[in-house]
Amino acid sequence: MERKDNFNSVKHLYSRASFGISYPKLQDLSRKNLNKVVEQLFKDSAVFEELKSVDPAEVRQQMELQATLGAKKELTQEEKDQRQEITKIQNERSRSLNIDWLMRMISTNASLREKMTLFWHGHFACRSNNPMFAQQLNNIQRQYALGSFRTLLVEVSKSPAMLQYLNNQQNRKGRPNENFARELMELFTLGIGNYTEQDIKESARSFTGWTYDKNGDFQLRPAFHDEGNKTFFGKTGNFDGESIIDMILENPKTAVFISRKLYVFFVNETPNEAHVKELADYFHASQYDISAVLKKMFMADWFYSAPNVGTKIKSPAEFLVGLSREFYVTYNKPQVLIQLQSSLGQYLFNPPNVAGWPGGKNWIDSSSLMLRMKIPSLVLNDGQIDFSGKADPEDEAVIALNKPANAKPKPKSYVDAQSDWPKFLASLPKGTKPLDLARFLLQPALNQRITDMIVNNQGLKSTAIEVTSLPEYQLC
Amino acid sequence: MDHKPKKMKRRDFLKNSALAAAGSLFVPVFMKPFEALALDELSPYKNLVVVQLSGGNDGLNTVIPFGNDIYYQKRKSIAIKPEDVIKLNDMQGLNPNLGALREIYDQGWMTIINDVGYPNPDRSHFRSMDIWQTGSDSNQFLSTGWIGRYLDSNCETCKFPYTAIEVDDSLSLALKGNSKKGIALKDPNTLFRNTNEAFFKQVLNSSKDHLDEDNLGYLYKTMVETSSSANYIQQTSKIYESKATYPNSGFANQLKTVSRFISSGLKTKVYYVSLSGFDTHVNQLQQQGNLFKQYSEGMAAFLNDLKQHDKLNDTLVITFSEFGRRVEQNASNGTDHGTANNLFLFGGRLKKQGIYNNAPNLSDLDNGDLKYQVDFREVYGTILDNWLDVSNQQILTKKFQTLDFI
Repeated sequence: MERKDNFNSVKHLYSRASFGISYPKLQDLSRKNLNKVVEQLFKDSAVFEELKSVDPAEVRQQMELQATLGAKKELTQEEKDQRQEITKIQNERSRSLNIDWLMRMISTNASLREKMTLFWHGHFACRSNNPMFAQQLNNIQRQYALGSFRTLLVEVSKSPAMLQYLNNQQNRKGRPNENFARELMELFTLGIGNYTEQDIKESARSFTGWTYDKNGDFQLRPAFHDEGNKTFFGKTGNFDGESIIDMILENPKTAVFISRKLYVFFVNETPNEAHVKELADYFHASQYDISAVLKKMFMADWFYSAPNVGTKIKSPAEFLVGLSREFYVTYNKPQVLIQLQSSLGQYLFNPPNVAGWPGGKNWIDSSSLMLRMKIPSLVLNDGQIDFSGKADPEDEAVIALNKPANAKPKPKSYVDAQSDWPKFLASLPKGTKPLDLARFLLQPALNQRITDMIVNNQGLKSTAIEVTSLPEYQLC
Repeated sequence: MDHKPKKMKRRDFLKNSALAAAGSLFVPVFMKPFEALALDELSPYKNLVVVQLSGGNDGLNTVIPFGNDIYYQKRKSIAIKPEDVIKLNDMQGLNPNLGALREIYDQGWMTIINDVGYPNPDRSHFRSMDIWQTGSDSNQFLSTGWIGRYLDSNCETCKFPYTAIEVDDSLSLALKGNSKKGIALKDPNTLFRNTNEAFFKQVLNSSKDHLDEDNLGYLYKTMVETSSSANYIQQTSKIYESKATYPNSGFANQLKTVSRFISSGLKTKVYYVSLSGFDTHVNQLQQQGNLFKQYSEGMAAFLNDLKQHDKLNDTLVITFSEFGRRVEQNASNGTDHGTANNLFLFGGRLKKQGIYNNAPNLSDLDNGDLKYQVDFREVYGTILDNWLDVSNQQILTKKFQTLDFI
């Protein structure tokens, strides 16, 4: 059925720039000009609301105690226990921070801002055992998610989480540590091949003395800072860290590198270099205005062209958040979300390394795929897929045979979640058929197979569970 | 799904036809079983089992340099006393909690390589584990593992989707290639039940036309392969019942599953298991001791089980950890993150049994840490070249020289 309005475009836009869309909102926006829809998307994300999960006062107190204990030569048993207790509490806070962010993504109206926070979370990949540092970096990525890339880059570079992660605390005049300088260029801005080893050495000297103090505030320590001349990109001068960042941004390769990454995140895992260049030129000319380049991308014809619709593999975060938003899910034991992230291969705040999660097909292996296809039924229906299908009786026999002999009545699913079915079903227009629902829930176009499978379904609930358990639901 | 290779390997074909020619003159009806027998007897199916000790195992309290005074000076409260060490030569011996390995060592089934590491070592667990699993340099970020790239190479020995199995709930980076990945399963029955759920069965049955190169095709291909592997693994391994007794631990259970797979003749080349908890910053003696008991008793049961089933000669086991720990202990009766470490190999066909190279030099340190003698990728390279029969240059970042242990 060919629709005259913007139904499919809006659905696509929201599946990429947000975490999906509710049916009433989709209906409403479909009648509007796409231009206006994109503007509205940005308006909804205009306000920055800080994530306040970790109490900085508590962590500062712990850090003070840790410092005192760390300075002692011998610790009493009580002090050792104290130190372990701090680690335990901090781990707990880190887990809460993770869950609170996931909950924020599930419930927020500023969905583009959270989506971009997720993008920067993978771009400026970082691990910190200190929950206050982790939260602060996450808030920097949220605050500047749609603002100036320069400001974002400078703030990230000055954050204790990153200073610690990339060893800039050890980067001192006379004995530079190059870790930060290298990743700044290789992974955060230019990409490999656009600078020399000498550029790394020289710029590392410019970041000497960039540290944080005992409260976790940025501090430039003049005594550690190298005031000598540095030669960077062929120019010589007493460059400080920010001048290095400016010189990196002047180089259009940085705009290309970031635009390509945005393209891979929002449009297609295989970048079209002509489209990337279009974005990069605009990004560079706009002085690295992130909103500007995103609007350009969301308004481009190619953003909505068939090869870019319903073809991207959802990241685990997109998958979990999308499913939870779609069906108004409450998690009775939110801790399970940590387990799921970890099993699916994207434990937020714990990227594999500074290069972030590789994404795309890397998300999918036998175990992660089976789990992804099992989760909807676990979350939505306590582990059951109501499928009275055409299973081969021989298969049924084999399955029955392989069930433990003393099988107890099925326990409640370990995920222990509820979805608000009445709310979900009420959000659908009267007379919605199983096929309409499938068209709404899936991004890839329906093919004959799926049509055949569900066309005669009786209920919408069972259809929803089946459809979300399909490989097609892994795509956005 | 039929998983028999479409074309027989030329070498096998020649072997089989030579034998078949003799037999078939009289009893052609026995061709098939005869062929199967010939395959098993003439081209032994070589397995690799990787045992990962996660957390950074302290190598100096594993293989103890009891003949070196520096060890006792640097480890006032956690050194293992000379009289407690299971002595292997004048210089080194095993931690007493590894007692179960004594007999294994004496049988000639164990090789110890000292000081295995890499240039510019990283002391972060995650990063260093990444480096070990991908086989990268320390400033290089690879998104595929070394076993995954072995699968990608599409070599004669690595064609099936179940070529590499990790006995765990989720798959490690080591087993992820670009186009191919290993399979993770804790229990073959659970995976079998999951993939055979009525709804998934229906999806699979109707998916035959959907194996394109795009992402959707990839998802379906993964699903189909998972399901057929699950069926194959379940069907093949269910006939086998091990009579060996294993200690009651999660780790031993993983090994028991591996042994079951190997002994039932599963055509899997690489198995991956892990034991974690080696990050012994505090109270190391007790924590490491407990883990060593689990490790050594599990390993001894496993190796004896393989021996009983005549599979020890076809199996090579490697045990590694992401790094060793600092030479000097810390103030909490533990040790902090270090660098080079010893590595164990087990099997019935080790060329150089016992201690492979010199004990660590404790007086020539790099900022308090051991210097490496052997790059871990030389160990991988040797395994790839000499055990998995694939050129290591193709799998690793460059050609690594091989060692002489197999």
